[in-house]
Amino acid sequence: MSDTVTHDLQGVGIGRGLAVGPVLRMPEPLPEPTDTPSTIGADAEKVRTAGALAATAADIRLRGQRAGGAAKDVLEAQAFMAEDPTLKDDVDARIDTGKTGERAVYEAFAAFRDLLTSMGGYMGERATDLNDVSQRVVAHLQGVAAPGVPDPDYKFILVARDLAPADTALLDLDKVLALITSDGGPTSHTAILAREKSIVAVVGAAGALDLDDDHVVIVDASTGIVTVAPDASAQASASDTIAARAAAADAPVGPGALADGTPVPLLANLGSVDGALPAIEKGAEGVGLFRTEFLFLDAEKAPTVDEQQEKYTQLLTAFAGKKVVVRALDAGADKPLSFLNDEKEENPALGLRGLRALRANEPILRDQLTALANADAATDADLWVMAPMVSTVEETRYFTKLARELGIKTAGVMIEVPAAALLADRILPDADFASIGTNDLTQYTLAADRLLGSVASFQDPWHPAVLKLVGEVGRAGTAQGKPVGICGEAAADPLLAVVLVGLGATSLSMSPAALADVRTELARFTLDQAKEFAEIALSANSAVEARVAVLAAATPVTTSLTSTESE
Amino acid sequence: MADRTVTIASANGLHARPASLFVQAVSGSGLAVELTKGEKTMNAASILGLIALGLKHGDEVTLHADGDNADAVLDDLAAFLSQDHDA
Repeated sequence: MSDTVTHDLQGVGIGRGLAVGPVLRMPEPLPEPTDTPSTIGADAEKVRTAGALAATAADIRLRGQRAGGAAKDVLEAQAFMAEDPTLKDDVDARIDTGKTGERAVYEAFAAFRDLLTSMGGYMGERATDLNDVSQRVVAHLQGVAAPGVPDPDYKFILVARDLAPADTALLDLDKVLALITSDGGPTSHTAILAREKSIVAVVGAAGALDLDDDHVVIVDASTGIVTVAPDASAQASASDTIAARAAAADAPVGPGALADGTPVPLLANLGSVDGALPAIEKGAEGVGLFRTEFLFLDAEKAPTVDEQQEKYTQLLTAFAGKKVVVRALDAGADKPLSFLNDEKEENPALGLRGLRALRANEPILRDQLTALANADAATDADLWVMAPMVSTVEETRYFTKLARELGIKTAGVMIEVPAAALLADRILPDADFASIGTNDLTQYTLAADRLLGSVASFQDPWHPAVLKLVGEVGRAGTAQGKPVGICGEAAADPLLAVVLVGLGATSLSMSPAALADVRTELARFTLDQAKEFAEIALSANSAVEARVAVLAAATPVTTSLTSTESE
Repeated sequence: MADRTVTIASANGLHARPASLFVQAVSGSGLAVELTKGEKTMNAASILGLIALGLKHGDEVTLHADGDNADAVLDDLAAFLSQDHDA
């Protein structure tokens, strides 16, 4: 038994869920089979190994059929790995040298695993699949239970080193309250499946394997913190929050507004036309960021005006009478497009991307703006179009002039570069609106590549330096009567959303799943309170301090509201 | 005996999911099919061999099989590889 963990654990949260319950650990993997000579002879070893390989394949295939969906494909591939003829030849060759079936299976899978790992990237990630299949075959040979998810008759929080697809696929969602892994990052299988199935999860929480079975913990995906040995009031508070969120998700939706009635339109970030209806069902009052890259990715050349116009018309028809903000093609950095820029850049985030790349390929920009103007003329939505990654006043003038010339009625810019935020008062006279992309603004303000895990801790939009820049844009917008929206993960953080409104944001756009939480939070505070929270956050020294200070300022309000209600 | 030379069409190459479907088709044919890329020849029913070959979009491979209906089987398999399974 390991030492009892007494301090809280920090990992990376997937989503924003919260869970409280008893821990159960996944059984540790089987020990490596010892390399002792076979006592039953090569022929007998081959027969029992062939049987174990076939039985394992059948078992995995059955799990796949029960799981369905994306998991079925992954498990089907694993079944073929167990049945692989080349692997079987390798196993038999090893048995011929006098090894046991267990050892031969272990070595043959390990050899393939090392080969895949040496190939790196996507192939390297398949190594986990091979380890999982290998363990299952060896367990079969030894007549022991395959390592897998525990199945008690109560709800629990599953703790594991990392989960293989075969494990995550069959999780009984009625019983598993949350997942905690000690290894694996935000792109691991566990994280991907947790996102797909909306399971509360914290991954990469070092020390998680030392948690004791049946001890109660609180898992908060929004902070990535696992609270060990929470006291009764912390448990009750977590349970209340879970119940309140469930109630909020079911509550009738209305337009976003502060407690004093100040409207704050809540909009959706969308990446395809298919997302329109689900977003409206979740109460989106329009679209605050429509990403157009899906029309261009995987394309050797840009789509024609007609092809684009058809998609834009579908989108605008779905949001008839509502505001739809479309972002012009934003290529580069994490989403390169060969026909825009195929130069290899040392620092793509600082390279020819966003409006810079469009300007270098003006016919593509002209086609897109023309298609948007045509779609707008044929529909009843309120179309706004904005340029990505604008850095200067001159770029603003270039884009808005071209957009208006091609028939766009409302043309604005995205503020993602600190230079543009600092000079927002000079940029806004030439733009109809501004929308702040907090992800890139954070990356550029703190000089931390948002795709690099080693500097992920800098990527926090609560940082006062980021908020100060947001405040500059908000002030300029208020003074000139120009709308300032926020699109980016920051708007999906309920308390931060209140702070952003206090800094002058007039609308918030986020992934539709976050709308309910943000709507509820906004309704708790007045504009004066939001401004007070903004001041508190701005005067903090760090992102963590800002969050803690605003949370502390917001909490007494919660208490007094509750007591008022109970009177 | 029959041979077919085809170009891998899947945008992301023959990764686990399309490889799995391909192996399923090979196993279902009942024939021993060989796949050659450059100098390397392997059993086309081996998903691990396929994954380890790291077949990418645009790679050219040759399929080989012997038997009564080898031509028909290879036509089907070649057609599979010529489709983009990531589309």
